[in-house]
Amino acid sequence: MAKTHVTMKVNGAEVEGLVEPRTLLVHFIRENLQMTGTHIGCETTHCGACTVDIDGMSVKSCTMFAVQAEGSDITTIEGMANADGTLSALQEGFRMMHGLQCGFCTPGMIVRAHRLLKENPSPSEPEIRMGISGNICRCTGYQNIVKAIQYAAAKINGVEFREAAE
Amino acid sequence: MIPGSFSYHRPASVADAVKLLSDLGEDARPLAGGHSLVPMMKLRLATPAHLVDLHGIAALKGISRDGNNLVIGAMTTQHELLASDEVAKAMPIMHEAALLIADPQVRYRGTIGGNVANGDPGNDMPALMMTLGATYRLEGASGARDVPAADFYQGAYFTALEPGEILTSVSVPVPATGHGYAYEKLKRKVGDYATAAAAVVLTLAGGKVATCSIGLTNVHETPLLAADAAKVVIGTSLDAATLKKAAVAAEAIMAPAADARGPVEYRKHVGGIMVTRALQRAAAVAK
Ligand SMILES: Cc1cc2nc3c(=O)[nH]c(=O)nc-3n(C[C@H](O)[C@H](O)[C@H](O)COP(=O)(O)OP(=O)(O)OC[C@H]3O[C@@H](n4cnc5c(N)ncnc54)[C@H](O)[C@@H]3O)c2cc1C
Ligand code: FES
Ligand code: FES
Repeated sequence: MAKTHVTMKVNGAEVEGLVEPRTLLVHFIRENLQMTGTHIGCETTHCGACTVDIDGMSVKSCTMFAVQAEGSDITTIEGMANADGTLSALQEGFRMMHGLQCGFCTPGMIVRAHRLLKENPSPSEPEIRMGISGNICRCTGYQNIVKAIQYAAAKINGVEFREAAE
Repeated sequence: MIPGSFSYHRPASVADAVKLLSDLGEDARPLAGGHSLVPMMKLRLATPAHLVDLHGIAALKGISRDGNNLVIGAMTTQHELLASDEVAKAMPIMHEAALLIADPQVRYRGTIGGNVANGDPGNDMPALMMTLGATYRLEGASGARDVPAADFYQGAYFTALEPGEILTSVSVPVPATGHGYAYEKLKRKVGDYATAAAAVVLTLAGGKVATCSIGLTNVHETPLLAADAAKVVIGTSLDAATLKKAAVAAEAIMAPAADARGPVEYRKHVGGIMVTRALQRAAAVAK
């Protein structure tokens, strides 16, 4: 099948590549761009490990073709740190609250939580849980992931983070 | 899992898309949100030779009011439905049902057109569209036609869409002010398709049910209107005996497949419970 030339912006940089129409966006990101932070966990659109941010939407990149992303603006986990290289509030939250065990789901969780907090900067706990319902973690009980997102929300809003009483 | 090879097309107008689909013939498929089609392609359950991506067609987007109807462009996503004040105000049941579809990521991509055109008995929008009395606009090489949602579904993945036709919009009559509504969906976990679901839209007059419409999701190879069950409740105040009769009438037309969501008897039983719950909640909401 003839290859198609695609261009898009990924983490602020213009990128291009040659892909078959059937090349999934996640493979383009991992293989052509060599950005392997975006994970493949299920391939059935359930786990959310492949989540990237495209033009203001959280998208499972295993269920979209690279050709469909022509001209779009994409942020992956590699683009989540602050401009000066320090950890963003969410990354810091996952670290401080120990929002991970093996870390496989973490890139997808952080990228999804990034969009959630853009749309709703002060989510309640149920809103956080619904907001990350498209992301599966096989290790934890989500408790610390929720705390990590609450930590980030507090930091972004400039308020003190207080853990809810157990 | 990587799909088979195909050629990709991105027309800029409905006319171009229709022309492509008719010229390319049976091996061509429209691509909307891709969140039913791409998973099927990855499993090689679908192997289209051509995909006609509808994303470049501006005319297929947006929600507008046309008299007493809300006209929703086929490429409007479930996320956009949820963000729409117009939808939330005019037909809150659509907001409620959209929120029960899959998960946030899927809702950013999945479209109303793809959801209703897909013909998957598990999709939530079709039964809701039948309940609300919606009409689908289909455009093909020989022009446009309007098909009521109630006449659209002919079998699993088998609809009134002719080869070369595109569903361009969905027109939904705005229910009466003060109507009661509920979409009750039993699922195994957040993001799952329904084990069984029921949509109810009703109006009350003097404490009695004046009008009622009931739709059923995933309890048959097509979405269903439970007309007999709706008839049973008209003129009643939804007492326990009536609710029981309505559930029995609804169960009588159910013929679900036995699958991982449960055996036939279980799915019919919980289907009846969804009808009961939706009727009760709709009546409580009605003013
Ligand atoms: C993990 C997961 C969970 C899900 N859970 C649910 C759920 O609980 N409830 C639910 O309702 N759905 C669910 N879905 C399906 C989701 O809502 C899909 O997005 C939807 O069914 C199809 O819409 P789409 O825009 O993605 O269509 P596509 O996948 O692009 O298309 C689906 C089919 O419709 C055809 N088609 C699309 N648009 C048109 C058009 N305008 N005219 C003619 N034909 C067209 C395509 O050719 C294809 O055959 C789930 C999906 C996933 C991946
Ligand atoms: S790899 Fe994409 S959702 Fe699991
Ligand atoms: S930390 Fe291991 S899958 Fe989430």
